[in-house]
Amino acid sequence: MTDYRTLLSFGPEGWGDDIAAGVLVTVALALATLPFGLAIGFLVALAKQSGEKTLRLAGNIYTTVFRGLPELLTLFLVFYGAQIGIQQFVRLFDAKATVEINSFVAGMVALGAVFSAYASEVFQSAFRAIPNGQYEGGYAIGLSKLQTMRLVILPQLIRIALPGLGNLWLILLKDTALVSVIGLADILRQTGIAARVTREAFLFFGLACLIYLALAILSSIAFGAIERWSGKGGVQR
Amino acid sequence: MTAENLTTVPHVDRPPPLPARWTQARILGTTLLCLWAAAGLGLIYFLVRSWNPDLLHRYAPNYLSGLWVTIQLVVISIIIGALLSIPIACGRMSKNRIWSGLAYGYVYFFRGTPLLAQTFLVYYGLGSFRHQLDAIGLWTFFRDAWYCALFAFSLNTAAYQAEILRGAIESVGKGQWEAAKALGLSRIQALRKIILPQALIVALRPYGNEIILMIKGSAIVAIITVYDLMGETRRAYSRTFDFQTYIWAAIIYLAIVEALRNIVDWIERRITRHLQR
Amino acid sequence: MGISRRIVLALSATALAMSMGAASAQDATKLKIGTEGAYPPFNNLNASGELEGFDIDIAKALCEEMNAECEFVTQEWDGIIPALQAGKFDAIIASMSITEERAQQVDFTDPYYTNSLTFIAPKESDFDPSAADGKVIGVQQGTIAAAFVEENYPNADLNAYPSQLEAWADLSNGRVDAVLADFGVQYGWVQSDDGQCCEFKGDPVDSNDRIAIAVRKGETELAEKFNTAIAAIRENGKYAEINKKYFPFDIFGE
Repeated sequence: MTDYRTLLSFGPEGWGDDIAAGVLVTVALALATLPFGLAIGFLVALAKQSGEKTLRLAGNIYTTVFRGLPELLTLFLVFYGAQIGIQQFVRLFDAKATVEINSFVAGMVALGAVFSAYASEVFQSAFRAIPNGQYEGGYAIGLSKLQTMRLVILPQLIRIALPGLGNLWLILLKDTALVSVIGLADILRQTGIAARVTREAFLFFGLACLIYLALAILSSIAFGAIERWSGKGGVQR
Repeated sequence: MTAENLTTVPHVDRPPPLPARWTQARILGTTLLCLWAAAGLGLIYFLVRSWNPDLLHRYAPNYLSGLWVTIQLVVISIIIGALLSIPIACGRMSKNRIWSGLAYGYVYFFRGTPLLAQTFLVYYGLGSFRHQLDAIGLWTFFRDAWYCALFAFSLNTAAYQAEILRGAIESVGKGQWEAAKALGLSRIQALRKIILPQALIVALRPYGNEIILMIKGSAIVAIITVYDLMGETRRAYSRTFDFQTYIWAAIIYLAIVEALRNIVDWIERRITRHLQR
Repeated sequence: MGISRRIVLALSATALAMSMGAASAQDATKLKIGTEGAYPPFNNLNASGELEGFDIDIAKALCEEMNAECEFVTQEWDGIIPALQAGKFDAIIASMSITEERAQQVDFTDPYYTNSLTFIAPKESDFDPSAADGKVIGVQQGTIAAAFVEENYPNADLNAYPSQLEAWADLSNGRVDAVLADFGVQYGWVQSDDGQCCEFKGDPVDSNDRIAIAVRKGETELAEKFNTAIAAIRENGKYAEINKKYFPFDIFGE
């Protein structure tokens, strides 16, 4: 029997250090995806909220596409397709240039697109929950459209959207596992390599599940704190 | 505020006009639509240019059989998951500490870890317990990648469906239970005749979303040697290195998901007609 | 797929990657070598995460010969050709057989070893390559072995794995009845502790298949450099030394 302590140690014989590096990659990928996923999701929600028909349509196409495609397929499309497409595009200007979408960036773009499509739905339903009187009230006290959005609507919007966004974050964290398929050294890839090499598949994949679970629990705790903090200023209804 | 107070307010800017003819938005929207159209046309151009009857002839039957595998996998695991979700949802709502703790742990584990990791754990993880599984006669089941995928997916979707079920049942007001009790209905009768019909309206959309998530999530079985739609796509791509193989898969997945979403919308409209005002 | 918003994003995101990647692409003495890292004893990762194996040693010897500074990039097998085309690396040294389908996508150098496809199966099994109908055969996805089974054993059950290691794992688990793969890689496994369960079954089903280095289409200059280097290490005994380190037989072929 192999000694599990050696296998999980941080030394040269053990996989602990490799897996720890994998955890960092997973967390970094999820954290890097979050801000731009949120920003695009918000913009798409604005477009879908707008009175302008063409904007609504453009926004709806975006969500239809990125909610409809399997995440794994989106990842392949970005990693291989976009790479070849951009390469050809750049070659038009400079025959020698090489563009590299590394697997981290590909993962970020693909997961961000999926995340933003779902986030736009969350934002949109949060928009619907804010009565029109809030906008009118903002205008009535002389705020501009932008100011109303920033000072009146956004704070309420975030509070309403927070639970939904928390869910999306957990989904994002889990979806990062897919990048292991395109070779990014995340938790699942590192444990997968260890499982292949040591033939202790149950140990390492079980460990992978436990690490994801720990990350999910940590996230829930953090989100609980953020929700309590953001709820402080709000009116209890 | 009274009417007198209002008249004393000195001067208020007029509210900005409603965004009826806001040209900036129209320009932006039209530009974006044009970009979408360009992307769509580019896609069509790409597919037309790389049109290859041989390829189609050779791989179209594979795609169809892959699609069939995907559908089977999703339908069967959704049904098994639905059956499993009932005791789990009961456990979640139970007042018994042990029951509800177990159900909570189950749901948390399957919702907190990636489906891909769960599938690997079942397929490769259980693979290393071949002799133990053989001894209890379960190896014939876990030997086959398809059954492993079905097993992992059913357990996974059971956790999600249990939460949907619980959420839906809890969304029905307490008064409904009390009223049913007052009418002399038993708990089971109340659940069947009063609570579930209302709960299912609430649950319809989440159920639809869960099916869609399963269809999309099922693409990962390609990694454990199951030839579903994605598996056939990867096989075709690994032989031809032609990127259109992935484009076709994308179109098929999008079409299924959109069709399903429209069906759910339609059902929802029909069963909520009495609620519309 | 060109998608309005995504393209802008992808472009801005890649601007960073490009600024970093540009230097190495210009400098001719720096080469990026793509390999799989899951194909022992040719290219695999050890517990400290380093690449080792026959391909790796050959690649290092060739780079030394060409006076190039080489950096290895690991890439999943089924994406290795697209990744080469996309410029993630400049050459594939990963025991890749020359096939017609691949030759339409990439250019090959002269072969650096010869290979045959051979079955392995558990020692107690009566598996026979000439009667494999209804058997479950494990292969690695996207290899000539996978193509061979598809074409010659239409009635066998094909299990295609992302890497060779998973195919073997399932052979020793009993999920597949036999594994078809290159002789060299099967030899390495049968010799190892894990592979004690199994042995070669029957004669090679397909022989004389040649393994070469792949470069992007049209990069004949690089291919020529590799050819010269292969000839040189054949000449100066370096090749024989590496060969002996891994195999007790001559792997180059005629």
